[in-house]
Formats: sequence, C-alpha cells, structure tokens
Amino acid sequence: MDEVFKALADASRRELLDRLRADNGQTLSELCARLAMSRQAVSKHLAILEGANLVATVWRGREKLHYLNPVPIHDIADRWIGKFERSRLQALSDLKKAVEARDE
Amino acid sequence: MSKSGATKITVDRSNSEKPKFVYVVYIASTAEKVWQALTDPKMTEQYWFGYQISSDWKVGSRYTAGMAGAPPFDKGIVLECDPPRRLSYTWHPQYEAFLHERHSRVTFELVQLDSQVQLTVTHDEFDEGSKVFESISGGWPRVLSSLKSLLETGRGLPRSWSDADKKWQTCSAEARA
Repeated sequence: MDEVFKALADASRRELLDRLRADNGQTLSELCARLAMSRQAVSKHLAILEGANLVATVWRGREKLHYLNPVPIHDIADRWIGKFERSRLQALSDLKKAVEARDE
Repeated sequence: MSKSGATKITVDRSNSEKPKFVYVVYIASTAEKVWQALTDPKMTEQYWFGYQISSDWKVGSRYTAGMAGAPPFDKGIVLECDPPRRLSYTWHPQYEAFLHERHSRVTFELVQLDSQVQLTVTHDEFDEGSKVFESISGGWPRVLSSLKSLLETGRGLPRSWSDADKKWQTCSAEARA
C-alpha cells in the first residue's frame, strides 16, 4: 500500500492516470504526444505506476499498451469506507459535483 | 519469463483487438486456489456478491452466472480452459437492454510468482457504444478486491448494501430524478 500512496503523491502521475481513464490502452508514444513531459519522464512515471499496480500492461505485437488498473484504489477504499457509508458518500459526491457545475 | 528476472509478466495478444479493460490483482495464494475460486460456484458466491458461476468448464460448454435458484443474469460459452493458467468465456448479460449486443469476452490469466498469484483479467470484443461495457466498468475492481480478500483473509467483501441503505438509495434516486 505504501507504493500506491507514493505513486499517487505526484501530480504528473495522477495526470497519466487521468489520461488512461479517458482513453484506456495507450502506448508510451500516444501518452507522450499529449503531455508536456519528456518521453523519458513519462516512461519513468509509468514504471512507478506499474510497480504500484496502478497501471497494467499488455503487449499487442510490438506495442505495449497501458491500462488504468483501479484495483489497488478499490482496496484502499474498502479499508476505510464502511459498507453502509458508500451510498451516502456517493450522494455527497454527486451533490458536490452538481453544485460546483452550477457555479462554473 | 524474461532473462532480467523481472517479476512482471505481461500478456501477448498480438492477434486480437485492443482490450477495453485490463485489470491486475496480486493475491497471496496458489494458482490452484485462485483457479478453484474462479470455477467453483460455491466459491464464487462467497466473493462475487452471491453469484454462482457454474459450468463443466469444457471448451464449448455453456456457463451461467446468477443467484442460486434464480434465472441466470449472464450466460455464455467457455472459449478456453487451461487449468490453472488460463480461462476465457463469452459474456452476455441476460437483460432486455443488453440481449441484442454481441457476446463480449472475459479472459483470466494466472501466473504464480513466488508466494503470490498475478491474476490478469481482460474484457474485450464489445460492440461499438456497448451498454454492457458501460454497465460493467465499475464492477470488476470490486469483484477482484473481494476475491483477494476471500483468499487472503477467508472473507469476501460485503455482498450488498443493508436493506435500510437500499431504501435510502431508492429515495435519493427518486429525489434526484
């Protein structure tokens, strides 16, 4: 679990996860094309995310595809969110989104 | 295994389309136990929120998923079965809104790494704009977390909300509508 928190404690890595959430299964080149980061930096961040199991990879021919793997985040949520709190938290989250969208 | 001794195993699927999802979970268990958890209905119901996944697991056989005694919510065909390494079946939810869609495909791959099993789940071959795809997006991480919990601690995650919670959810859904 330490690895997951360390991996998430970096804005660039969180942005990479956001990119994968929007478009899952990207190659390193695809991820680099849309980011203001060097290929080397993206590659390093991806290795850390993969090490924390937040990114899963599959090979398709010679291409390595990267996928957001939310399983460790789910484990964290389950550790601290009680089983009866989930729907209330979802409602609060929906409320926050609705109110904030209106303010935009 | 790579010569570098790296423990990460990745899957080669050169001949197939790009999967929609790839989920990986590491479970402190053996490949045989994880395999049993995937294929024995008495096990699946303990972590898959009450669903029994049943089949004779022969290639070409039917499998069903559902609550004991109730009509199955999902039916499909076993595509590959190579215990305890690789299991693949088609996925076709039996709900009105989904019946017209083609069968998608779920594949489980198990690799024993020292004291852990790397379980990779891929789900692909959805229709363009698939409603099934939308509906299962959140489901797999929950099922896999629950499976990990069952094999490592002997208990799956709670299978559903309490009745009070369900009532509350219904009310809030109505209020939102």
